[in-house]
Amino acid sequence: MSRLKFNVVFAVLSAACLAVAGLQAGGGGQQNYDNVQVNIQKAQGSVYMLVGAGGNVTVQIGVDGVLMVDTQYAPMSGKILAAIRTLSQAPLRYIINTHSHGDHTGGNENLKKAGATIAGGNVTLDIGDAAQGAQIIAHINAYKHMSARVNGQFATPVASWPTSTFIGDDKKLYFNGEGVHIIHQPAAHTDGDSLIFFRKSDVITAGDLFVTEGYPFIDINTGGNVQGIVAGLNKIVDLCIPVYGQEGGTMVIPGHGRLSDIGDVINAREMVTIVRDRVQDMVKKNMTLEQVKAAKPTKDYDSLYNPPDAFITADAFVEAVYRSLKK
Amino acid sequence: MKRLAIALLALFAVSAPAHAQANLSGVWNNLGILNEDWPDRLPGPELGDYAGLPVNDAVRARADAWDASLITLPEYQCRVHPADYVSSFAGLRIWEERDSVSQQLIAIHTHHFAWGTERTFWMDGRAHPPAYAMHTAMGFSTGKWDGDNLVVTTTHLKEGWTRRNGLTRSDSATVTEHFIRHGDTLTLVISVDDQKYYTEPVVRSRDYEYEVNGDIGPYPCEPVEEILRPKGAIPHHLPGTNPFLGEYAKAHNIPAEAARGGAETMYPEYRKKLREMMK
Repeated sequence: MSRLKFNVVFAVLSAACLAVAGLQAGGGGQQNYDNVQVNIQKAQGSVYMLVGAGGNVTVQIGVDGVLMVDTQYAPMSGKILAAIRTLSQAPLRYIINTHSHGDHTGGNENLKKAGATIAGGNVTLDIGDAAQGAQIIAHINAYKHMSARVNGQFATPVASWPTSTFIGDDKKLYFNGEGVHIIHQPAAHTDGDSLIFFRKSDVITAGDLFVTEGYPFIDINTGGNVQGIVAGLNKIVDLCIPVYGQEGGTMVIPGHGRLSDIGDVINAREMVTIVRDRVQDMVKKNMTLEQVKAAKPTKDYDSLYNPPDAFITADAFVEAVYRSLKK
Repeated sequence: MKRLAIALLALFAVSAPAHAQANLSGVWNNLGILNEDWPDRLPGPELGDYAGLPVNDAVRARADAWDASLITLPEYQCRVHPADYVSSFAGLRIWEERDSVSQQLIAIHTHHFAWGTERTFWMDGRAHPPAYAMHTAMGFSTGKWDGDNLVVTTTHLKEGWTRRNGLTRSDSATVTEHFIRHGDTLTLVISVDDQKYYTEPVVRSRDYEYEVNGDIGPYPCEPVEEILRPKGAIPHHLPGTNPFLGEYAKAHNIPAEAARGGAETMYPEYRKKLREMMK
């Protein structure tokens, strides 16, 4: 892992810690993003993956405008917008947040300003500025974390908060000629996670319940749980239809890491499920957390998921699994 | 006249497209010569047989936990053999893709009978994709000529297997292949460099015979529900509970330590140690 990547990962960790404390600012700390490039990787259909600093960004383009999922850190907004403009000059209409962490929502405020909501009818009512800025959609729990008061201050700037929340299992849009299905995945990476399924393009944005660059971060303090991670990965597997050989077909954009498909999700699910089962067995035997860590239930996966500069170390992952199962 | 002939020759040399040092096109089969690594090929490897492979502790532990029932899950049934493994099974067709005007070689393609997998070896000098690009079972391959031999480098592989008994090959591996043609025979030497799970490169070779009238049949696969399980259940053995690990060593009268593999077990010198263990 390069030094820059390490710094970025450190920034993610810092942001995550802020989220836990309810002090998430979305600015990415003191990191210098000058040399970070935003790269564009086409997923398929109308959907693209943008890779820079922080979580992956999803962009859907078409005649109705631009819809994006997650916004990385605030200092990245200019580069992200410039990358979007190489794909489309249409107005940015929607921002969807997969969850509340700053590496996915830090650019909300800046990018919202660059867009405009489709207003009129019951979207406007008597709110004069309803059309100003893109609409930000997230699950209600993500909103709660972003708007929480900690030590008299909001966790994130008011202007970055979701402007449209949902409380049930899902929310549905039809945009750019396809159904966009926002599916709440309870208690997984956090308690405010959403999967976004672009039905015609056949692309799923997974958020941080699926990552390819290490062990998943189970944010216990923000309502995350390993059982939700397993359920979420199974949900993605259920939604995916491969072409042949358990490859291709539905594309999956992870919260962090490379463009994926069902095969990658199956591998992640296998690892998390097996580690969960091992720790569950140890919990049943009344082993303490220290005993569980000492038993190394991830030893066969550490060379893959626990590099020396890992964001989530093997010990941290095991501890999160243990605490999940003790709840 | 002599000057003209030299000039024409020089012109031809300049204008002629760069050509392959060997033409590998055609159908190649290995059904008649499966004796090499036979137990590992059609019958399939035995559980707990890690001998002769430079496994590290991590992949050994992973294979120990592997339950063959895993491949009864619908989403595992039709998983294809990865690029570095598929060559073990039956025939392949090789064909060239050339620019229609310049006749420059753009790519060499292969189609394996096993799982109908197809690969592309890009010969036009393009770079490998960035880290954030997809990984696939076939990976991304580029090729170049080393004399008459085609050397193919493959990255961006999905996680696969080195032996079909749980010995996994990681998605970080780089695979180097040498395609060596000797008339109507083709030798493929495969070197898998996977530093996550193996302490040294895993090297194997496969031989093929040219088939003048060769053909490659289809290989459809349709997953079905073979066993009803609770939703999300993944078959595996908890650490220390796999009852099958000792069967291979016992059946072949091999010391248990040798069956556990490791780089040492690859080399001829190990036979001396083996004899000592078996005294």
